[in-house]
Amino acid sequence: MATYFPFLPEQGSRFATGVDTFYFSMVGLTIFFASLIFALILFFSVRYRRRSPREIGADIHGSLPLEIFWSVVPLVIVLGIFAWATELFFTRSNPPANTYDVYVAAKQWMWKVQHPEGISEINELHVPAGRAVKLVMTSQDVIHSFYLPIFRIKQDVIPGRYTSQWFQADKPGKYHLFCAEYCGTNHSHMTGWVHVMEPRDYQHWLSQAGIGTSMVAAGEHLFTSLGCASCHVRDCPPLQGLYGSSVALQDGRTVFAGEAYIRESILAPTAKVVRGYRPIMPTFQGQVSEEGMLQLLAYIKSLAGEAPGKVQK
Amino acid sequence: MSTTPLVPPQSEVKKNYLNAGYGIKSWLLTTDHKRIALLYLASITFFFLIGGLFALLIRLELLTPAGDLVTSETYNKLFTMHGVIMIFFFLIPSIPATLGNFLVPVMVGARDLAFPRINLLSWYLFVIGGVLAIYSMMAGGVDTGWTFYTPYSSVYSNTHVVVMIIGIFVAGFSSILTGLNFIVTIHTMRAPGMTWFRLPLFIWSNYATSLVQILGTPVVAITLALVAIERVFKLGIFNPTLGGDPVLFQHLFWFYSHPAVYIMVLPGMGVISEIISAFSRKRVFGYEFVALASIAISILGFLVWGHHMFVAGESVYSALSFSFLSFLIAIPSAIKVFNWTATLHKGSISFDTPLLYAFGFIGLFTVGGLTGLFLASLGLNVHVHDTYFVVAHFHYIMVGGTVMAYMGGIHYWWPKISGRMYPEGWGRLSALLVFVGFNLTFLPQFVVGYLGMPRRYHAYPPEFQIWNVLSTAGATVLGLGYALPLIYFFWSARYAAKAGPNPWGASGLEWQIDSPPITENFEVTPVITGPPYDYRKVLPQEEPVG
Repeated sequence: MATYFPFLPEQGSRFATGVDTFYFSMVGLTIFFASLIFALILFFSVRYRRRSPREIGADIHGSLPLEIFWSVVPLVIVLGIFAWATELFFTRSNPPANTYDVYVAAKQWMWKVQHPEGISEINELHVPAGRAVKLVMTSQDVIHSFYLPIFRIKQDVIPGRYTSQWFQADKPGKYHLFCAEYCGTNHSHMTGWVHVMEPRDYQHWLSQAGIGTSMVAAGEHLFTSLGCASCHVRDCPPLQGLYGSSVALQDGRTVFAGEAYIRESILAPTAKVVRGYRPIMPTFQGQVSEEGMLQLLAYIKSLAGEAPGKVQK
Repeated sequence: MSTTPLVPPQSEVKKNYLNAGYGIKSWLLTTDHKRIALLYLASITFFFLIGGLFALLIRLELLTPAGDLVTSETYNKLFTMHGVIMIFFFLIPSIPATLGNFLVPVMVGARDLAFPRINLLSWYLFVIGGVLAIYSMMAGGVDTGWTFYTPYSSVYSNTHVVVMIIGIFVAGFSSILTGLNFIVTIHTMRAPGMTWFRLPLFIWSNYATSLVQILGTPVVAITLALVAIERVFKLGIFNPTLGGDPVLFQHLFWFYSHPAVYIMVLPGMGVISEIISAFSRKRVFGYEFVALASIAISILGFLVWGHHMFVAGESVYSALSFSFLSFLIAIPSAIKVFNWTATLHKGSISFDTPLLYAFGFIGLFTVGGLTGLFLASLGLNVHVHDTYFVVAHFHYIMVGGTVMAYMGGIHYWWPKISGRMYPEGWGRLSALLVFVGFNLTFLPQFVVGYLGMPRRYHAYPPEFQIWNVLSTAGATVLGLGYALPLIYFFWSARYAAKAGPNPWGASGLEWQIDSPPITENFEVTPVITGPPYDYRKVLPQEEPVG
C-alpha cells in the first residue's frame, strides 16, 4: 500500500525526523479541529432542522465567556506550535562548528558543486554520512532554491549574495535534489541527486574522482593571477585573520567580515573602505566567475587562522 | 393610483433595474450599481472560464510524470496565466465587484454608491486591464509565474512581461476605485438609524476589504512598474549585476500580495455570515466579534508578508517576527468559524443550495486555515515551502474558501438579481460535486507536496504520479460542478419560477424590496429601528416560540 501511495519521503537526518514528528502532530491537530467543526455542524443541522415553513431560530445574541474561551484556547495552542517550530528552525539555521563546506554555484539550469578538495560535479552532490555538511551557495543568474527533501531542507540561492544551509546525513543512499524556486524554461529539469556515502567510500570516491586542485589552492592561484597579491601584502588591508573578524570602516561603522562582506569588497571595493586605507582598489566586477569567487572565498577563509601581517607567497 | 382612470391598467411587468432600459448603450453607459455589478459578473465569468481552461490543461499535463502534452515553455506560460487571470481578473474582483456592487448600497439603505460614475470607470479600467492581459497572452504569453520574481522577470524572461504588467497595473486601479467607493458609501450614505453595529456583516467584511484594497494595491502597482522600468530602461533596481536587490522585490510584492489574500477571502466571510444567518433564521452569534474580526484580519494582514520569504535569505529574527504575527492572524479567523458554528445552535436550519455551499466553505476554509499554521511554522516551512503543499493550502483558501462563498452568494442572491429562482435540485447537486471534486483535487496535493514535489514542475519523478492522477480526476469532477450552475443560471433567468421579494424569509434590507429591485432600490428611504438579523420582524410568530 505504502509503495503505491507513498505519503512520506525517507528520513535522512535527525532533523528530518524532528520535522516529521512536528508534521504529524500538526496533522493530528488539523484532523481534531476539522472533525470537531464537522461534527458540530452535522449535529446542529440534524437537531435543529426546520420543521415548519415559518419557524425561526432562538433569539440568542452571543456569549462573552464563549468568545474568550475560543480566542484564548487557540492562542495558547498556536503559541505552543510557534515555540516548537522555531526551535526546529534554530537548529536548521545554526550549523555546528567545523562543518565540511561544499560550494554551490547555480545557473539556468544546472547545479555546479565544488568540494574543498577541488573535485567539481554537476547536478550531483556526494557527501559523507555522519558529518555536518554546510553548503555555501550563490547563483550566476536568477534565484534558484537548493532543495533536499530527504533532509527536509531548502534554501534559496540568490545572485549577488551567499546563502547557506547544513545537514548531517545519517544513512547512505541516493536521494532527490530539486530546484524549488521557479527559474525559467527548464526549471523542472534542474534536478539531480545527493549521494550519501560511508566516510570510507567517500574518501575512495574523492580519490577516484581524480586529483583536482583544492579550492584553496585554486583560489590562491586566482588571487595571484588577478594581481591581488601585489597589493595585499603592503598597501592594502591584510587578509590574514580577516574572515570572521570585525572590521572598522573609514565612516566609523564596524562590519562583520563574512562571506557577503568579502564578496562585496571584491566587486564594489569602495562601498566599505577599511579605516586607515584609501579607496584605491579597482572593482573586479565581470572579471571573476561565481565559481572563481567561491574559490577566492575559500582561499581567504583559509587565511583566517593566520596572524595579520605575515608575508605570504 | 386607482383614482386616476386615465392610467392604463398596470402592465404585467413591473418596472425594475433590468427593464429600465434596453439596448447596448443603456448598459455600457449605466451608472446603476446593479447593472455595473452584472457587467462585472459577465466579465469575471469570462475570465474564470479562461483561467479554468488553463487549470484543466495543467492538470492534463501532470497526469503523467514526463512533460509530454505541451513543451516546458508552454507549461510555464499556462501556470503563469492561470495564476494571473484567476487572481487579478477573477478572485480579487469576484465578490466585491459583483455581489458587493449589487448589495452594498442596498444593505446600507442607499440608492446607489457614493460615486456612480467612478464605479462605471472602475469597470472600464478592469476591461482595459483585461484586454491588455489577453493581448499579452495572444502575443505569446508570459512565463514568469504570477509572482513576477526578479531578476527572472526583469532581466531574463523573453516573454511579454511589460504588457502583462501594464494590464495588472490598470486593473489595480479598478480595485482601488471600488474600495474607495465602498468606504465613502458606508461612511456617508447609511440610511437613518443604520448605525455601525446595525450594519449587516457583509458590509463589515467589504469595508475591511476596501481598506486593504486602497492601502495595498498602490504598492503592487508601484512594484510592478519598477519591474517594467528595469526591463525597459535597464535600471538597476532588482538586478544584482547593476547593484539592485532581487529580494527587495519580494518584500514589496508580498506587502500587497499577502493582504490580497484577505481581499479575496474577507468578502467571502461576509457572504457566509449572511447565508448562515438566513438559512438558520437566527442572529449571527457574537455579531460584534465577527465584525471586528474582519477589521483585525485586515490590519494584521499587512504585518505578515515576510512569511513568504523564510527561505529567501531573510534574517532569522525577521523570520521569527513574521512567523509569530502569522500565528496571531489565525485567531480572528478561528473566532469567525466558531461563531458561524454556534449560530446554527437552536436555529431553524433549511438545507438549500446556498447553505450547502456555506458548509463547504466552513469545512474547506478550516482545513486551509489550519494548514496555514503548518506554513507559518518556521521549522516545517523550510521543507514544504514552494512545494505542492503550498499550492494545496492556498487553493483551500481561495477556491475552497472564496469561490465556495462566491457560488453560495450567487445562489443566495440570484432571486434578487434576476427575479427568478434557480433549480434547487441541480443547485444541491452542484454544491456536492464542487465539494467532492475540490477535495479530490487538492487533498492529494498536500501529500505530494510533503513528499517533496516542487510547484511549477512540468515534469516530475514517477513516484509522485499516483497523487497527480487522483488530483486530475478530482479536477474533472470540480469542472463539472462549476459547469452546471453556468447552464442552469442561464436557463433560470428566462424560464424559472418568479422569486418574489423574499423567497428565503431572510432579514436583510435587500429582501424588503422588489426582485429584481427598481433602479432607485427603495421607493422610500428606509428607516432602521433595530439590529440586523431580527427574524421576529420578518416572520412574526403567532405564539411564543418553543
